Amino acid sequence: MSDHINITIIRPKKVFSLGIKELWQYRELLYFFTWKEIKVRYKQAALGIVWTLLQPLSMMTIFVLLLSEGLGITTGAVPAPIYYLIGLLIWNLFNHAVTHASQSMVSNANIIKKIYFPRLVIPISAVLTSSFDFIVSLLLFYGLLIYYTISEEIAISWIKLSFSLLIGYIITVFTAFSLGTFLSAINVKYRDVRYVLPFLIQTLFFITPVMYDTSIIKQPWIKTILELNPLNFAIELIRNNITNTTNIFWPDISFFVPMVIILLYLIAIVTFRKTEAYFADIV
Amino acid sequence: MFCLSKIYNTQFLNNLKPIIEVNHVWKEYQKGIDRRYKSLRDTLVGMPNRLLGTEKEKFWALEDIDFKVEAGESVGIIGRNGAGKSTLLKILSRITPPTKGEIILRGRVASLLEVGTGFHPELTGRENVFFNGSILGMKHAEIKHKFDEIVDFSGVESFIDTPLKHYSSGMQMRLAFSVAAHLDSEILLIDEVLAVGDAEFQKKCIGKMDDVSKGDGKSILFVSHDVNAISNLSQRGIILDLGLKIFESNIIDALNKYVEITSHNRNISLNNSPRIGNGIVRISQICISSISNETSSFLKPFDDVNFSIEFAYNKESNLREIKLDLGINNLAGKRVTWMTAKKFFNDEFNQSRKIEFIVEKFPLVPGEYTINLHCEVNNQIADWIKNVGEFKILNNKYFDTNLRIPQGQGDVQLQYTVK
Repeated sequence: MSDHINITIIRPKKVFSLGIKELWQYRELLYFFTWKEIKVRYKQAALGIVWTLLQPLSMMTIFVLLLSEGLGITTGAVPAPIYYLIGLLIWNLFNHAVTHASQSMVSNANIIKKIYFPRLVIPISAVLTSSFDFIVSLLLFYGLLIYYTISEEIAISWIKLSFSLLIGYIITVFTAFSLGTFLSAINVKYRDVRYVLPFLIQTLFFITPVMYDTSIIKQPWIKTILELNPLNFAIELIRNNITNTTNIFWPDISFFVPMVIILLYLIAIVTFRKTEAYFADIV
Repeated sequence: MFCLSKIYNTQFLNNLKPIIEVNHVWKEYQKGIDRRYKSLRDTLVGMPNRLLGTEKEKFWALEDIDFKVEAGESVGIIGRNGAGKSTLLKILSRITPPTKGEIILRGRVASLLEVGTGFHPELTGRENVFFNGSILGMKHAEIKHKFDEIVDFSGVESFIDTPLKHYSSGMQMRLAFSVAAHLDSEILLIDEVLAVGDAEFQKKCIGKMDDVSKGDGKSILFVSHDVNAISNLSQRGIILDLGLKIFESNIIDALNKYVEITSHNRNISLNNSPRIGNGIVRISQICISSISNETSSFLKPFDDVNFSIEFAYNKESNLREIKLDLGINNLAGKRVTWMTAKKFFNDEFNQSRKIEFIVEKFPLVPGEYTINLHCEVNNQIADWIKNVGEFKILNNKYFDTNLRIPQGQGDVQLQYTVK
């Protein structure tokens, strides 16, 4: 027999546990889930990975034409294409991760009903899959940066920028994971999520400074709402650190941003864990 | 030395303990649409009911299931649709938690509620083997190590890098089975998955799983209503019906019992029973059935019960009046109740040749009972049969309290209210 004996005890659902340890035991499954999602996604499309680059590139072009050329909005020291592209990349990461994660439990219902594993693997892998797209599209971002350093001799602080990108990514992914996980748990019981989601995403798009800069907002209470948005913080952090012009690494951070992130995370985890045990019965 | 003996000891102790221990497991479900997902509207509409506490109609899908499986033993769980087999397997697989009770599994568990879970048509055979293996709990290195063996076993080598959507369904099945057959675990939980796929390959899989079981002292828990598959794989059988464990023994006795209970509702032919009487009229058959619970061959407390007795006789005889007594004895031989009926041999009776006793809310306590039938025609004993038609009232929840009547608390149960 084996060296040690795994003892599993099955009891009525415990009140609450985070299950980090168990999640760690299933890390390979998490890898395979993500790997499978990525494979499947790129196999079905003829242009495959090109779409990941084409979509933000075309949106960026539209933004530059409409906002910079058309409306004459300036973007400070940062060239307009770079300015809008990073907003779009962060937004796309968030949008895809939330949408994907919130549908993930339902779309994997057949697996949930047949095999046990920590259910959190599913929304986490959805978020990681979207991260893959983000990392691929960073190629575009860095390519554009290199183009501008050569052609227009813009001084870029590569280390500061990369570090701020990493932090911006973590904040975005964490927020997307919380929101997506929360919605995925609700979606198991109430399919209304399907109808609420597009509206929610659109609303969030307007309070995220993808097309504009927070500094142009005059109304104080609207500004406060924007500042509570973790994505606003992520995007501003990266935009601030693209050029060498500012010495400040962090943007003016509202004390509430970390609280918003943590609160969202706690709500999501508690909701998910509380309903998780019965997913197979109701999905 | 010390270390060695210590390891030996713990292993020895662990080997003594059963590998699966199911301790008084209950599972409750809600009746009706509630088991499926609902829209927010349904919840809002249901709100007033829920606040008044009237909405939830629940039922026990499993009641007090209790059994053990020793290491290396194969146990078959038999029961018809709705008996609770799948629910039990789902709980053992940790897909859904029990409502009460606990299960202890001492070993690595591989659960096959389905083969090919997570197979994706766009992925190649190779990719699907990796994903499916991983989902079934194999480590990456383990799949890599066994990959060639799995592919060999499946016999689809030449297509292994072709997307699964180009496979025939038979090929998909073979690949799925191969992954499953190579799972390395101490405990194997198998649902009725073996009912599919081609016969030849099925045999191969059963053989492989049998090797697994006999070779390494692994335990298999097998759920099916397929009597053949069960008898091939299991040494011991457990019969479930209506969420209760009603029988447990070696596989042969269990299968016989299963065949007996599934072949019609307690229809007992009495043509060969020892009897006394002049035989003008003979009781040919007695059928005991529950009116409230037609699917079951067992009676639950307070079921409405129908005792139907059929007669065989020659119509030409000079028959006037028939009197039938039906006595019910408990297993100790004590008469617990008695019913009687009197009928004339009129056209209606000659047509049906049957007397039915219908008892509403049958009040006997759970246990096994036998029946005495005493039939008089024209005031003479025509047919008298003792101790036939053994029937059983399940030890079920009492008055929906989910409690049971303790042993030795009399012969009848009352319908009462407490104020």
